[in-house]
Amino acid sequence: MISWLLPQASTFASTIDGLVLLIAVIVGVWLILAEVVLFGFIWKYRARDGIRGQYVSGEDRSQKKWVSYPHYAVVVFDIIIIVAALRVWNEVKVAAPPGEEQIRIIAQQWSWTFVHAGPDGKLDTPDDIRTVDDMYVQRDRVYTFELHARDVVHSFSVPAFRLKQDAIPGRVIHGWFRPTREGTFDVQCVEMCGVGHGLMAGRIHIGSAAQYAAWMTEFRTTAATANRITGSTPVADVAAHDHVGTAGGTR
Amino acid sequence: MTGHAPDATRAPGFVRTYLWSTDHKTIGLQYMLTGMAMALIGAFAAYVFRMQAAFPGASVPLFGRVAAADYNYLVTMHGTIMIFWVAMPVLLAGFGNYLIPLMLGCDDMVFPRVNRLSYQIFFLSSVVLVASFFVPGGAFGGAWTAYPPLSANSAYSMTPFGSTLWLLAVALEFVAFLLGGINFITTTMNSRAPGMKMFDIPIIVWTIMIAAVLFMGSVGPLVAGAVMLLFDQVVGTGFYDPARGGDPVLWQHLFWFFGHPEVYVLLLPAMGIVAEVMVVFARKKLFAYRTIVYSAVATGIISFFVWAHHQFVAGIDPRMASLFSVTTLIISIPVAEMFFAYIATLYGGSIRFSTPMLWALAFVAEFLIGGVTGIFLGSAGSDIYFHDTYFVVAHFHYTFFPIAFLAAFAGITFWFPKMFGRMMNETWGKVHFWGTIIAFNICFIPLFITGTAGDHRRIFDYSMFAELATPEMQSLRILATRALLVTLAFQVVFVVNFVYSLFRGTVAEANPWKANTLEWLAPSPPPHGNFVTMPVVYRGPYEYSVPNRDEDYWPQHEPDEPADPDAPGARRPLQQPA
Repeated sequence: MISWLLPQASTFASTIDGLVLLIAVIVGVWLILAEVVLFGFIWKYRARDGIRGQYVSGEDRSQKKWVSYPHYAVVVFDIIIIVAALRVWNEVKVAAPPGEEQIRIIAQQWSWTFVHAGPDGKLDTPDDIRTVDDMYVQRDRVYTFELHARDVVHSFSVPAFRLKQDAIPGRVIHGWFRPTREGTFDVQCVEMCGVGHGLMAGRIHIGSAAQYAAWMTEFRTTAATANRITGSTPVADVAAHDHVGTAGGTR
Repeated sequence: MTGHAPDATRAPGFVRTYLWSTDHKTIGLQYMLTGMAMALIGAFAAYVFRMQAAFPGASVPLFGRVAAADYNYLVTMHGTIMIFWVAMPVLLAGFGNYLIPLMLGCDDMVFPRVNRLSYQIFFLSSVVLVASFFVPGGAFGGAWTAYPPLSANSAYSMTPFGSTLWLLAVALEFVAFLLGGINFITTTMNSRAPGMKMFDIPIIVWTIMIAAVLFMGSVGPLVAGAVMLLFDQVVGTGFYDPARGGDPVLWQHLFWFFGHPEVYVLLLPAMGIVAEVMVVFARKKLFAYRTIVYSAVATGIISFFVWAHHQFVAGIDPRMASLFSVTTLIISIPVAEMFFAYIATLYGGSIRFSTPMLWALAFVAEFLIGGVTGIFLGSAGSDIYFHDTYFVVAHFHYTFFPIAFLAAFAGITFWFPKMFGRMMNETWGKVHFWGTIIAFNICFIPLFITGTAGDHRRIFDYSMFAELATPEMQSLRILATRALLVTLAFQVVFVVNFVYSLFRGTVAEANPWKANTLEWLAPSPPPHGNFVTMPVVYRGPYEYSVPNRDEDYWPQHEPDEPADPDAPGARRPLQQPA
């Protein structure tokens, strides 16, 4: 259902959409049944002259079964939903596959900083590339990310990935995704983070390996030019500042 | 009947009557009217921020241009006011104070002065909250959940006075409801009329009492948390500051440990009101009374174990989310049981569509939508996507709007004759009903769609987000806003009907709806002391349409007829007052 409104751009987007569809079908049928019975009773038992209400206590087993049986059915469907929901949860949030690429995401009032690992594939090395509000990834690679918050609680959300994770100051939270579709998609901050909350937008650019390499080369050239002008080192190391603590987090 | 109250010999003055009254009915009505006045502020906030959401940048009539900071504080205040200053005082304190002694057949609460103090503190809390709009920096804008560090540090929130006043107001409000809750519980336990056993207590008294227990059990940790947050704000401690060894997630746990039972603190009284109204207008005994009581108790207990479903993606250990997903779906079981029993109550009834009944039936029909959409959010897997989207907003408005407004309107229109001795106008009541219900649905169904398409919450302008700034999405937002304007316009009908009926309505008899519970024995409106002669209870509260009786109702206080001791419902020998 969500895919009617938003593209699916990660491996678990279709998994989550499938779960949503399953729940929609189950609760949809229940809702319609309950409303039909409710309105059916309202219509059938409307007050009419000469017909008195019936005396039904609902305490006898023979009467209570009309409530108990649907009730047992609710339990069964609850179990189905729980099993499906936890399988999806486990796939997205618990059992992460080994990462092929790393990226660091830093949230602060009111912008996103993305630290790309650069050619050596490692973070915290001089070839890291930092961008603000624009994130660049390759299609069909498994990314593990570290999520940091500088000041208040933020939340990293990519609707096209169906991915969402709060960023907590003082914690480093890990997660993963695997982009499956090329294009540019929205990054949102979905936790109230102050006056600029509505402006805290980013974009994620997904490209092929060649496109990604081209982007990275372009940034290195730009950065080198900028550094010749300002005389600063290429990459400011944010890691030392951010690792205040590593309590909690995922995995 | 003419009221002859115990202390009617000396007419109390204005101060004793209104400011220092210890009468549970006066206090109940004060809570209710304060809540309705606060609802106007909450509704005005909704009007302003929805106008901004639909027409970003336009000047909103009666407000002006909405800056980002304005939008944030309006959203925050709307949530805070509607939950803590409307739903709580109207449903729990208003109906609780007014009805509990009347329905139990006693003359007042057990601790009338504690009750008075409760309202006075509540009134003070309202003043503090309203005052926070006018302090330098403006009102608090960090959402009603007030997550630190944003709420703890004015360098982040930019509201140095607003955040502190917000916190003080909320803490005072909690104190007020703790005092009220003590009264609800002790009165229900100790002051029932002779003959009224536990299972002769009307459902609404049960649900309000269970709600009071839930509130008292859950609010303690949050009060402690609020004091720590206050210290972080004004003294400079670091309970929630990771740089000084604190942890922001601690607040989230304390807040939601209270916050989720709070949902049931509000739902249960609403369910109680609906039960009382449904049986009277369906002329039916409540289906499976004991099952409903047990389900309410079970709901209350389970509600203490679901809080972290608000925090699935908040950085808690993801394995914990599985646990809370399970408990969250478990709580659907007793709640569904209650709704099934309510629907079954209609079976074989003789349903009259008076205004209170329309509200009660609409509550059931609409809350079902709110209930089932909650399953998407309680399931950890799908909550990853829906968390903090408008889907959540639409979901909880389908629960809270029925609770705070549909059930409250059912209760107000039902007990209005008892409260004020006059009937409300039925025609205008129905106009208000249909206008509100239709517009409410048109307001929130589009928000389910925008939420599913990715609209995240508390955004004053979506133009930064390419996926969301489409004409289709904007037209849905505009539709929702227009429907909100219609919903609000129809509330004028209610206010006019309320005020007009207060002075010009048809004079009501003591029991205009032919209902069974004890409050209908008292004169309308009941004098101080409530009953002319204190009632004795002979049967349960829901003996409607008992076979072989001329009348289709059988009040709790009416002695058994010796002619048919074996009639259903006549299950107890006559008892004399102690």
